[in-house]
Amino acid sequence: MEILPESDFVSRHIGPTDQQIAEMLDALGVRSLEELIGRVLPLSIHTKQKLNLLVARSERKALSELRQMASCNQVMTSMIGMGYYGTETPAPILRHVFENPGWYTSYTPYQAEVSQGRLEALLNFQQVVMDMTGFNLANASLLDEATAAAEAMALAFRVCKSKARTLFVDSDTHPQTIAVLQTRAAAVSINVRVGDPFADLDPLSTFGVIVSYPASSGNVRDFSSLTSALKAAGVITIVATDLLALAILKPPAEWGADIAIGSAQRFGVPMGYGGPHAAFFATRDEFKRSVPGRIIGVTVDAHGHQALRMALQTREQHIRRDRATSNICTAQALLAMIAGFYAVFHGSNGIRKIAQRVHHLTEILSQGLGEIGLEVLTKQFFDTIVVHTPKQAAQISARARNAGINIRLFDPDRVGITLDELTEPSDIERLWSIFSAKSVKAPSISELAALVGGSYPVGIRRETPFLTHPVFSRFHSETNLVRYMRRLRTKDIALDRSMIPLGSCTMKLNAAAEMIPLSWSGFADLHPFAPLEQARGYQRLFAQLQAMLCEITGFDAVSLQPNAGSQGEFAGLLAIRAYHQSQGHGGRNICLIPASAHGTNPASATLAGYKIVAVNCDSSGNVDLADLRNKAEANRQTLGALMITYPSTHGVFEEGIKGICEIVHQHGGQVYIDGANLNALVGLAKIAELGGDVCHMNLHKTFCIPHGGGGPGVGPIAVRSHLAPFLPGHPVVVEVSGVPKMYPQGGAVSAAPWGSPLVLPIAWAYIAMMGADGLAKATKVAVLNANYIANRLKRHYPIVYSGPDGFVAHECIIDLRKIQETTGITVEDVAKRLIDFGFHAPTMSWPVSGTLMIEPTESEDKDELDRFCNALVAIRSEIAAVERGDIAAADCVLRHAPHSLQDLSGAWRRKYSFEQAFFPLEEIRVDKFWPPVARIDNVAGDRQLQCACPPMEYYSTAAE
Amino acid sequence: MPKYFTDEHEWIALKDDGAVMGITAYAAEKLGEVVYLELKEVGFRFKKGDVIGLIESVKVASDIYAPLDGEVVQANGAAVEKPALLNESPEGDAWLYKIKLFDVSALSDLMNQEAYQTFLDTGGGS
Repeated sequence: MEILPESDFVSRHIGPTDQQIAEMLDALGVRSLEELIGRVLPLSIHTKQKLNLLVARSERKALSELRQMASCNQVMTSMIGMGYYGTETPAPILRHVFENPGWYTSYTPYQAEVSQGRLEALLNFQQVVMDMTGFNLANASLLDEATAAAEAMALAFRVCKSKARTLFVDSDTHPQTIAVLQTRAAAVSINVRVGDPFADLDPLSTFGVIVSYPASSGNVRDFSSLTSALKAAGVITIVATDLLALAILKPPAEWGADIAIGSAQRFGVPMGYGGPHAAFFATRDEFKRSVPGRIIGVTVDAHGHQALRMALQTREQHIRRDRATSNICTAQALLAMIAGFYAVFHGSNGIRKIAQRVHHLTEILSQGLGEIGLEVLTKQFFDTIVVHTPKQAAQISARARNAGINIRLFDPDRVGITLDELTEPSDIERLWSIFSAKSVKAPSISELAALVGGSYPVGIRRETPFLTHPVFSRFHSETNLVRYMRRLRTKDIALDRSMIPLGSCTMKLNAAAEMIPLSWSGFADLHPFAPLEQARGYQRLFAQLQAMLCEITGFDAVSLQPNAGSQGEFAGLLAIRAYHQSQGHGGRNICLIPASAHGTNPASATLAGYKIVAVNCDSSGNVDLADLRNKAEANRQTLGALMITYPSTHGVFEEGIKGICEIVHQHGGQVYIDGANLNALVGLAKIAELGGDVCHMNLHKTFCIPHGGGGPGVGPIAVRSHLAPFLPGHPVVVEVSGVPKMYPQGGAVSAAPWGSPLVLPIAWAYIAMMGADGLAKATKVAVLNANYIANRLKRHYPIVYSGPDGFVAHECIIDLRKIQETTGITVEDVAKRLIDFGFHAPTMSWPVSGTLMIEPTESEDKDELDRFCNALVAIRSEIAAVERGDIAAADCVLRHAPHSLQDLSGAWRRKYSFEQAFFPLEEIRVDKFWPPVARIDNVAGDRQLQCACPPMEYYSTAAE
Repeated sequence: MPKYFTDEHEWIALKDDGAVMGITAYAAEKLGEVVYLELKEVGFRFKKGDVIGLIESVKVASDIYAPLDGEVVQANGAAVEKPALLNESPEGDAWLYKIKLFDVSALSDLMNQEAYQTFLDTGGGS
């Protein structure tokens, strides 16, 4: 009898029972998981030892360790500002969105028909951004404020007629934003000039200008005459701004800015020690083709009813590759939706009141500081002031710390104070006592409150209304709000409803135990620039997670800073370039990329300043070794890197991977391994042992961070020791490596030093609760599940790309090209028909056009796999009816899928029964998913882009 | 009026007042429903192979390449206004540019109708 409670998390994370595993192995004709892996994974890449990780912790034990870490973080009243503010996540939003798997386990809304709920939530976010900034176009979020600024720079550079290669940056901009701009600019040979826009700016020498409004130091300046001068010179004006401040400050579009960017964090998203938060990006309609990231647009479905979808996708890297507008794949969908709901919750009046209160308290604070004899340097402000404290700054900030408040230390003579939604009058009194000598009489809040309160001058005062759309006024009672959120949620397919078999996306379980710590104040309420000694718990979490990831990949050092996979690619490629430069090989700027690579690879390489040379692939999607050798040889003086995905994007373990890495090394290059498919390797093979020098990991795929409907993603990179000095650094927190006295020399790639710390406990908990054996078993079962599906479907659809033994890795590709040729039935028809069966489609037409790529992950059990296969088999027989000529493709049930309730209104005129349309299999009656819309018209949406909330009639019809 | 073709699926034809070019019916069909067209301004000079425009359908963004060296004399505003025209009449109303060719004799380097058809039949289009 065991006396310790046993951890059973592994059996809860891995879907199939031992009995089911045995049945599936039997179906494949294999005796054991070990035998299967032996036949799938080339012998040469097996790692020798099992992972050296601590024994698997139970859920209770893991949570208790995390709680202890959280308790080592000291939550203070944060008045640092710099882009991160205290905010209150309204409780219904916390419970019904942030903590609800219906929202956080959904995927990016590419399958629009099963994504109408989150598309509407994201459209609300766009409307908020458009209203606050005054622009008529906004995207559905970017990674953080600093990268949004870099994306704005790229847009300005692209659309500006000027030949100049210099970006002018307002010196009173958040330092992390300036740092990321410098990193991104340097890689593509753009100069960054930092200075005072009113004194140092020569419009003729620059293509774009970034100003901050309000400034990092709090100052609110009137830029209207400056922007008209810039406009006359053809220069693009970008403004880094603050959504809350814009409730009372004149919107940037009204004073002549061209692009507005910033963070929506203070709209209800916790600081989380730096992230994740949604950045916003707004501009004028004329630049729509150049806007980075996703844009939600309004279109119609097959019945002519309004519906939503992601618009203008051809801008994105999966189509445009090295000519994409950006390398960003992930956004921050979940956080953008929360910010949108925050605005729905508060409405226009609520938001204005919060802004006025914050501003009013700041005025009182400033006035009071004046009364006790201090000089406030900021004359016109929203929520931030700088106080002149000659030679006293360090002492005063220490005193504030002792009183539980973090303020910003500018230099020995100045400190900054930023107020927010959470500031109370008592905090103001605490601040006064910190600043004043004991003998001075304390000011009175009530007396000062009556004294201050003048409004802004006309040039910077907001006159126009905002959030006037009914969605921002109809759901203020919690009853209405909760029902609205539920109504949206039920329109979508997330993992809480059925398997999402998206190839290359690894939609595995996001266990509740992994998610719970995110709501704890000890993780949620830390400012990223809080003194390190207040974040000991986080530092411990980082160190342990870095060690775990090093062990899993075989590398020597990890940077947690990249807050998306694309960011990881960029950071890894920059580390390689910096390494070459340190060796005197600055000219090594060729990046070899196999033709089969994901489009993000070439997009990232372009961003990192590489020239791309494509390497051919053979008919199985494997790298053509002869071509690789030729191209490495031809570029031996300039070869910088090879980017390769392992197992390949076609889901095959390439036998030749070690040889491929050797060829690149022999010719002076470094190997970047894209970890998109790491879920097929964990515990069985180590990327470093394959010959890679750097890899990124998608913690949102392999390590259980949920996809959040299109973000957050987290893309740390792991490197060999020779690249460690070139990992991303940070301008504010130089100790970002976690190693004493080791300050990485690489430029910052994200705004926050550790990217998105709030979601890192998820990856930690997953690894801690699985342990070495659990992780290895998960990988094996992921491979088993994919092979089981391939085996069940192979009699119905050709399976393309398998290894020499006929097995696939952790995903399989079914081929519909022949069907399309003979019947006209397309991949899209099959994908949409799956919705009638209650499933989200697999990845469509990638990596090969005309195919579906299925990745079941280890979390789905045999029953769910069978349900999915039954659906595809049933669909195959529906295709057969077209093949036989029983029904024309144009009339068949696939072409009109998905079938929404609208199909039932009026007489049934289809050439198939409504039974077949809605209940093609008996088992569907148990839990029918009703698609909220019919097939969406992509063409209409792209020809006429509309990215604002449609009129209210849409909501009333949609609600019926 | 004979037409000449490139392996990037563009056609070019000589008229009294200069040359006209566009994309072939085959290319238009491959692209699917065109939603956006971006063309260079009058006076833009280009060399053979330069990117001189962009066509987007819902699924593909495709560059337009210069068939020969020349200069833009006129861009088809009607096609920019109504990109669907490219699907309706790619080799007629939805011409893209009127251009001035710097070397008219270079036309002979391109394919004629027959050669282009053979090019398509032998897999040049895939």
